[in-house]
Amino acid sequence: MLHEHTVKTYEEDLRNLKAKVQQLGRLASEQLERAMGCVTRPREEDCARVVRDDAELDRLEREIDADVLRILALRQPMAVDLREIVAALRIAVELERIGDLASNIAKRSAALEALPLVPPVGGLPDLGRQVGRRLERVLVALSRRDLEDAAEVWRNDSEIDQRYTAIFRETLTYMMEDPRTISAGIHLLFIAKNLERIGDHATNIAEMVGFLVTGREATGDRPKGDDSIEVSRALGPSRS
Amino acid sequence: MNAMPETSFQNTAQHPRAGGHGTVLEIQDFSLWYGAQQALHGITLGIERGLVTALIGPSGCGKSTLLRCLNRMNDLVDGVRIRGRIVFDGQDIHAPGTDVIELRKRMGMVFQKPNPFPMSIFDNVCYPLRVDGVRKRSALEEVVERSLRAAALWDEVKDRLEDSALALSGGQQQRLCIARAIANEPEVLLMDEPCSALDPIATAKIEELIDRLAGRFTIVIVTHNMQQAARVSHNTAFMYLGRLIEYGDTETVFTVPRVEQTQEYITGRFG
Repeated sequence: MLHEHTVKTYEEDLRNLKAKVQQLGRLASEQLERAMGCVTRPREEDCARVVRDDAELDRLEREIDADVLRILALRQPMAVDLREIVAALRIAVELERIGDLASNIAKRSAALEALPLVPPVGGLPDLGRQVGRRLERVLVALSRRDLEDAAEVWRNDSEIDQRYTAIFRETLTYMMEDPRTISAGIHLLFIAKNLERIGDHATNIAEMVGFLVTGREATGDRPKGDDSIEVSRALGPSRS
Repeated sequence: MNAMPETSFQNTAQHPRAGGHGTVLEIQDFSLWYGAQQALHGITLGIERGLVTALIGPSGCGKSTLLRCLNRMNDLVDGVRIRGRIVFDGQDIHAPGTDVIELRKRMGMVFQKPNPFPMSIFDNVCYPLRVDGVRKRSALEEVVERSLRAAALWDEVKDRLEDSALALSGGQQQRLCIARAIANEPEVLLMDEPCSALDPIATAKIEELIDRLAGRFTIVIVTHNMQQAARVSHNTAFMYLGRLIEYGDTETVFTVPRVEQTQEYITGRFG
């Protein structure tokens, strides 16, 4: 365990920065949960609230940006501190993006509510829960600086990809059978895609935890299970 | 928790070491006592030829003592005892019959406070050559110009070489001392906190100079300023209480140090 910095205000700066990143993580996690609530029970005011509250995440991310710049300029951080600060900057970007995607999910849920015919795609809440767990797990790994947990998150991206591929296949089938479901189907596909991307951002955060603890960048291919392109080739009309 | 699962995260940070040509100085299990007080404990360290090696650590860690051992300046201190070897270009510098004056000629030294001699700029630079018996004016002039150019001082003093060196600013005086130290082409340049008495601009000029001199000379620099060590050196040795705690390429030492004590020191958590 490292000792505290001799300069107490520096110690405080770093503690505040870590706390803000954790807070942004909690907000992103909450936004995702509430956006998924909108998917299962789309109420206009709930959807609007998720969209509105995204501004708080944006604000916090800008604040982290400014803090990082200030600490870099004033403290000339080294070694683990430098990594802590660079990781904070990068993780904040990932979390802010997760917030954007959650807000987009809420927006599309509201749009779906207004459509007459929505294909009964069942896998979305499950996918949402899985992605939510993944995000929570990586945030815990981040707060504990737990390499094993981060590596576990990093390795297990393929489950989400497979589930996304299944939803893609199902939605595409509905849209082909009944063109009236296309508008809704497209929203559903985007929601699924947004969730899959939130999973990717969680993977990026896992990589940052690895960088933070070890000073090494993750290398090698991530495990991938997204076969949606193959599915669309198999299901879609051929050119001949 | 620090063991990285090999399958997922691997080290991609490779640090190519440009300009290294083997070791010029081998410090082997070297210990030193000032009377009963042990100041260095079994230091083993190889200084790479043509590179800049920084010695860092808190006050009293032995870094200046170690630096002064390299050209046997500690011989001048009463009651000093040593054990172990320092091998310079294959020769044990403590071997009987070693010409200490000759050794110090091959290792120029620059000190914390600029110490120009109370004579002209010209005479300062050619002092080591005159001591060696060089009298020919044209030879001296050539060395003075070459050394002052190498020390990035020529343009500032070329029109007043006969002025007193003491009239120069602190930063100029330090560059003059560097010019004097390199006048008879030593192999190694030892610098003991060469910038600690200088302002930031003069410091930047010395750092730029260190950069330019690296390659031609092997440079060993003791510094309290960690950012400076990070900026100018290729290798960094971290010392604490007379022991070598960590030695490696500077980028690694300052980004991913292996030893927790190093981490604590360079991040400002010490003591």
